[in-house]
Amino acid sequence: MNLKISALEFVQEVQNGNISAEDFVAKTLERIQSIDDKLHAFLSINEDAVNQAQEIDRKVKSGDKVGVCFGMPISIKDNMCIKNSKTTCGSKMLENFVAPYDATVIRKLKQQDAIFVGKVNLDEFAMGLTTEFSAFGPSKNPWETDHVPGGSSGGSAVSVSAFECVASLGSDTGGSVRNPASFCSVVGFKPTYGLISRYGLVSYANSIEQIGPLTRTVKDTAFMLNIISGLDSNDNTTVDNKDENYLSGIDSGIEGKKIGIIKEMLGDGVDPAVLSATKDAISKLENLGATCEEISLDMVKYSVAAYYTITATEAGSNLARYDNLRYGYDFSVEGYEFNSYITKARQNFGPEVKRRMIIGGFVPSTGHAGKYFLKALKIKSKLTREINDAFKKFDLLIAPTVPILPFKIGEKIDDPIALFLVDINTVTANLTGKPAISVPFAVSNGLPIGIQLLADSMQDKLLLRAAHALENTVKLPEVPI
Amino acid sequence: MTKIGLEIHCQLTNLESKLFCSCKANYREFQINENICPVCMGLPGSLPRLNQEAVKKGTMIAMALNCTTPDKIAFFRKNYFYPDLPKNFQITQLNIYGDTSIGGAGSIMVGDKKIRITRIQLEEDPGRLIYEGSSTKNQITLVDYNRAGTPLVEIVTEPDFENPKQVREFLNILSDLLENLAVADPSLEGAMRADANVSIEGGNKVEIKNIGSFHDLEKAVHFEITRQNSLHSRDITITQETRHWDDKRKITISSRSKEEELDYRYFLEGDIPWVKIDSEIQEKLKSKMPESISSKKERYISKYNIPSQVADVLSSDKFYSDLFDESHTENNAKEIANIITTDLMGLVDTREKLEKSKITATHLRDLADSIQSGKISRNSAKNALYEIVKTGNDLSQVISELDLGNVSDESELTGIIREIISEESQAVEQAKSNPQTINYLVGKVMQKTKGKADPKLTLDLLKKQIG
Ligand SMILES: [Zn+2]
Repeated sequence: MNLKISALEFVQEVQNGNISAEDFVAKTLERIQSIDDKLHAFLSINEDAVNQAQEIDRKVKSGDKVGVCFGMPISIKDNMCIKNSKTTCGSKMLENFVAPYDATVIRKLKQQDAIFVGKVNLDEFAMGLTTEFSAFGPSKNPWETDHVPGGSSGGSAVSVSAFECVASLGSDTGGSVRNPASFCSVVGFKPTYGLISRYGLVSYANSIEQIGPLTRTVKDTAFMLNIISGLDSNDNTTVDNKDENYLSGIDSGIEGKKIGIIKEMLGDGVDPAVLSATKDAISKLENLGATCEEISLDMVKYSVAAYYTITATEAGSNLARYDNLRYGYDFSVEGYEFNSYITKARQNFGPEVKRRMIIGGFVPSTGHAGKYFLKALKIKSKLTREINDAFKKFDLLIAPTVPILPFKIGEKIDDPIALFLVDINTVTANLTGKPAISVPFAVSNGLPIGIQLLADSMQDKLLLRAAHALENTVKLPEVPI
Repeated sequence: MTKIGLEIHCQLTNLESKLFCSCKANYREFQINENICPVCMGLPGSLPRLNQEAVKKGTMIAMALNCTTPDKIAFFRKNYFYPDLPKNFQITQLNIYGDTSIGGAGSIMVGDKKIRITRIQLEEDPGRLIYEGSSTKNQITLVDYNRAGTPLVEIVTEPDFENPKQVREFLNILSDLLENLAVADPSLEGAMRADANVSIEGGNKVEIKNIGSFHDLEKAVHFEITRQNSLHSRDITITQETRHWDDKRKITISSRSKEEELDYRYFLEGDIPWVKIDSEIQEKLKSKMPESISSKKERYISKYNIPSQVADVLSSDKFYSDLFDESHTENNAKEIANIITTDLMGLVDTREKLEKSKITATHLRDLADSIQSGKISRNSAKNALYEIVKTGNDLSQVISELDLGNVSDESELTGIIREIISEESQAVEQAKSNPQTINYLVGKVMQKTKGKADPKLTLDLLKKQIG
């Protein structure tokens, strides 16, 4: 049984009767059993997965209607709710929280007969870039297991990269899908804000984050997007994409497209290997008929500061509900008064979450909001104006997903400022609501490099088309695990 | 000069669902913590889903209070920790970053006094706290989240009131207005709550929080003015502070909490996009708005010549004015207004009785027509009304069952009149010389017929007999 096939190949194989969903899912679980001790992608496993696959095989054999996923094994970042399953958010605060409802993306995938093999690791409440801030320990990069896999959707990227599932869903607040995708050599996509419902995604910074697929191929991402995108009455911020088919025309290339190279994302501190990979990608796109030209987005240099100010403010509010009174972990209220209880209960948050909540309590407060929070909002709207102007001239923008190569576990965890700069190339898409994708493009000394493309709002289809063209220009080595 | 300002929280009790989920807005019929869902419990991953009907109703209230209504509105988060708040923030509105609240500045006349409205905002009600245990030490707090997320409008006034009487009159007008718009039932327990700020000449402003009903609001304001005046007369400084209304002892108590020092860290609620309420939408809402109380009153007076006081009573009550508008014709309008305001309102003088009442517009119309055609006397009509309210039976059925019809058969009536003439010879003589006193004889006939004689016919026949 070859577990290394793409989602679309899997669907084809099961549909044609060449493989059974049960076999594939069983083998997938075996692989998780055998290698996940080393990788720690998974936080929980769906013990019922094989039975669910059997039911799909039965439907295929008897000619019943089967959903388009045909029992495809998917992993889900553990900050999305699956009914009757634990949703820990990588936090001790929610260690025992069992979701009583399905997220919209989960409901849609269930309808299409996807199988959730398990919930995967993340930085606590998606705050981080390495999974080192998970309360349950870091995940490992399958390319070099003493290196970080990126984050916060590290478990998602590891599980797809190491063939522990066919595809995964992550969430991207400032690069949390694209960053680990780049570090683990898989495709990672953050759609236009509002394209995918967030209902059931545990909020970190709700005004800028999106759920996004992590897959082996760009076509798989388009396939997933077809299933999970669109208006949702449970999320007032969703936009109508008129049931767009993101797979149609994905092969039509990028001849004549204008691509802007974002100057500020190739500045000081870019690793030489990343720089040369980016130049290579640009020349390959030019060979396909695109024209590339440098463009300056001045506000990018303030984007990380604005990003942390805005996300801390929203996080401080979004995470306030975790007072352990209605759900959470086992800790009796007996003998406590309200304020002393919640102060004690909330000590179960990890250090990074505490750090951001303390900032989040300060930057929007009276007397400081003007200096911090409101200023950050100003940068956000200026940056949006800049990028909108850029898209008047260009169809797409390009930059490396992360300016540096994956680093060792523990190497940067004590240096928040160094970690924050890893975000510089990804936060712009979140602050401006634009779609962006990381495409695996090179491997340097055994460490993956991803190239990022951005498009204008609701141009997700064009973005996937370009990403598919770029992906086809390289043949990358297989993950060494 | 005494200055009083109000912040009134009014639940939109007539809405189907809560402000951000599909749980019932009418939470009162549920067992504790039964009217809840992931959204109003603020469970991880849940998102608010704005109730568009609440936006419409809120806009109507703003229009009825002559407030400005912005083209688009936004929601904000008010962040603070409290056990009745499932998310530890409240989704509300404010105007600090431009006019984004559902209603801006407005005003309403209370008698000759103009009361300015500062703003109107749409927000969610928190859950309900229930305290158990006697001493503070072993007191426990239970939380019922059934109420959490119920749509509220907060109406904030300028400190334009000068005395408790004006406050009461304003509250009466406001209650009638909300009822007329069919947005709220002010009589439901906890549906109307308020905070007030009170200051007397030369004193600091004192805020009174937690007033649970309109009835108590007037009392609280009255108590506070008296308290402040008493301090002032003894040259004691009135400190600026927040006080709580103790609804058991009916006094205000200084609150030790540092509530006023809280920093709510307001910021835009990103989960609810700005809501457009452009002029086209506003015009549509305006056209759907029920006729205002003052315009109803004006219409009753000018069109039907109904006395101003009767028109006042009739127009300010939605139930009765609806009944009137449904039943009256050009000819019987005055009669129906009379029946409603003099008889019916006395019969169903409580809300409970009103709800049980079986009276319909048809009943009223039949009743008025029968009075005008002489089929039934006013007196009998009152008895018939009593029966109708109770049973809902047709007027004709009620008349025949209770034998309430007028004696309008000429020969029967002539017989009765003859008897009276023989019994009352003195009065007959008097009537001959002084026609005015004939009314005494009419009364006698009425007595004998238990009020069922057709008065006009009786008079005619009497005159003929006496000659
Ligand atoms: Zn609810």
